Amino acid sequence: MSVLVYIELAEGSIKKTSFEAIFYASKVAEMTGGSVTALAIGEASAAELGKAGNYGAAKVLHAGDSSLFQSNIIAYSKVLLEAVSKTGAKIIVTAKSSLADAVTARAAGALKAGVVGNVTELPDLSSGFKVKRSIFSGKAFALTQISSDIKVIAIKKNAISTVETSSEAAVESFSISLDASVFDAKVTETVKASGAVSLPEADLVVSGGRGMKGPEHWQPLLDLAEALGAATACSKPVSDLDWRPHHEHVGQTGVKVAPNLYIACGISGAIQHLAGVNSSKVIVVINKDPEAPFFKAADYGIVGDVFDVLPKLTAAVKAL
Amino acid sequence: MKILVCISSVPDTTSKISFTDGDTQFNKTGIQYIIGPYDDYALARAVELKESLGGTVTVLNVGLADAEPQIRKALAIGADDAIRVDVEPTDSYFVAEQIARIAKAENYDLILMGRETTDYNSGVVHGIVGELLGVASFSPVMELSIEGNHAKMTREIEGGKEKLEASLPLVLGCQEPIAEWKIPNMRGIMTARTKPLKVVAPSGESLTSIDKYNLPPAKGAVKMIPAEDAGQLIRLLQTEAKVL
Ligand SMILES: Cc1cc2nc3c(=O)[nH]c(=O)nc-3n(C[C@H](O)[C@H](O)[C@H](O)COP(=O)(O)OP(=O)(O)OC[C@H]3O[C@@H](n4cnc5c(N)ncnc54)[C@H](O)[C@@H]3O)c2cc1C
Ligand SMILES: Nc1ncnc2c1ncn2[C@@H]1O[C@H](COP(=O)(O)O)[C@@H](O)[C@H]1O
Repeated sequence: MSVLVYIELAEGSIKKTSFEAIFYASKVAEMTGGSVTALAIGEASAAELGKAGNYGAAKVLHAGDSSLFQSNIIAYSKVLLEAVSKTGAKIIVTAKSSLADAVTARAAGALKAGVVGNVTELPDLSSGFKVKRSIFSGKAFALTQISSDIKVIAIKKNAISTVETSSEAAVESFSISLDASVFDAKVTETVKASGAVSLPEADLVVSGGRGMKGPEHWQPLLDLAEALGAATACSKPVSDLDWRPHHEHVGQTGVKVAPNLYIACGISGAIQHLAGVNSSKVIVVINKDPEAPFFKAADYGIVGDVFDVLPKLTAAVKAL
Repeated sequence: MKILVCISSVPDTTSKISFTDGDTQFNKTGIQYIIGPYDDYALARAVELKESLGGTVTVLNVGLADAEPQIRKALAIGADDAIRVDVEPTDSYFVAEQIARIAKAENYDLILMGRETTDYNSGVVHGIVGELLGVASFSPVMELSIEGNHAKMTREIEGGKEKLEASLPLVLGCQEPIAEWKIPNMRGIMTARTKPLKVVAPSGESLTSIDKYNLPPAKGAVKMIPAEDAGQLIRLLQTEAKVL
């Protein structure tokens, strides 16, 4: 079956999660006997887009017309629909993100497609088309049957391990003419967060809670993050109190992260916080209270004062 | 301003998740249900907009009768009336189809939802509804102001945010800090009892269904490192956990 994978670009590069989606799509194509076409919207070099081939895409459709970018989700979904009709794809794969969700949702509406997100494993084709997905913010899984003719699958980040080859994808420029009404919606300004490393994509995250005592005490945490090359995050009360910017807040109502390493400093480990971080590979908890619930979800723990422990960790990282 | 707010009824976020009937059914025993936390933000902003611009707020839930306490709570918070589509909400497209059918007949200026439900975390119902209605949809929206027929929004993007403008009508998936959660007051609770709640029948069918549930494997024991030796942690992360 022909599989279309919608990929995302960040600063001209294919996102790591999109490589995971391409790899997943190529495995699905192998299982169903078909080929993979990737769709990329945005600015990127042909050399960068060719890398989609390293993970199994035969071809990349590149919609690089800058007039698309300003109108956002609506235009992107129109481009996606056009790519579906061009390739005849029956399966649309993407890496789950707020943009991909919004774009693929509209396409699913137009195509009457069943949508399943947070998928963690390759499909089971033994009877129908079933995928395993993570539900309840990582607290359980559900094996879900998709019965529609066209299917939309959004992969959970870090759930699929990829294998890279040296083959390159053929890149084809893809332009469509859009109805002027699509541009009635406009992006007027884009504000990039100041943090050095983008949180949703980060491999390493250092996060602070109310135990950090106040915004003026964040330096030891920032020092460790810098030494590690990690992104910084925080608990909800910390962003509610304006100690840290809102986009750093992780959890049930915030960003969901799945890094290789999550270091929690002075965070109690409330269930709503865990909901945003429990897909991390390794969790380290530093808390002065040995009874803090977070220790139950941790791989490594230190009972101690963050202001005493953090500088020691930073020094140890620098000594590596 | 005519606003529709779509609310899901979901297990309280502290719920212990388990399954019955050979792991084919979610175990509802002892589960406390709440308005979806993101939907609660959407509702709060809708009530604020009604207070400042005038108009009405209708709440809509696709769900069985056991969701009615959550619907009544939304009425107590300030919605004027409610609609419940009487069916188990099993699939995103199916839920969106119910919402779109009702919205089509009523010409709402704004349809506000949460960015995602906290049970299945799909984050797609607003986009599907937007497409089915032929109306623009955006998510996750963290700020919303309305002037006449025009909306100004801030949307969260990976690693930052963007400001957006669009004409009404719109379908939006909301998240904080779009508004503060509202708690119903006594008067709200009293008046909610007599506000109209219309129950309508569903149409269409689910495109997905769940065959089986399972829980993740139990986490291994935590390895404790004495605070005096904190630096040793970094060595373990490198040599044992292999994440550095
Ligand atoms: C519907 C809902 C959604 C929510 N969503 C989220 C969410 O998305 N994200 C989120 O984070 N929360 C969320 N919450 C809030 C959540 O329930 C907790 O209140 C919150 O996570 C607690 O934050 P905290 O751990 O920073 O603070 P606290 O619970 O106050 O914990 C502070 C911790 O720091 C420790 N500590 C204090 N001083 C030191 C020190 N010097 N050294 C070391 N340790 C120290 C303390 O022992 C304590 O464990 C939500 C709540 C609800 C009801
Ligand atoms: N059963 C439902 N009834 C009414 N609204 C719903 C229902 N399910 C989802 N929604 C709305 O759609 C939003 C996105 O849901 P989802 O795509 O399921 O994550 C939610 O935050 C709700 O506002």
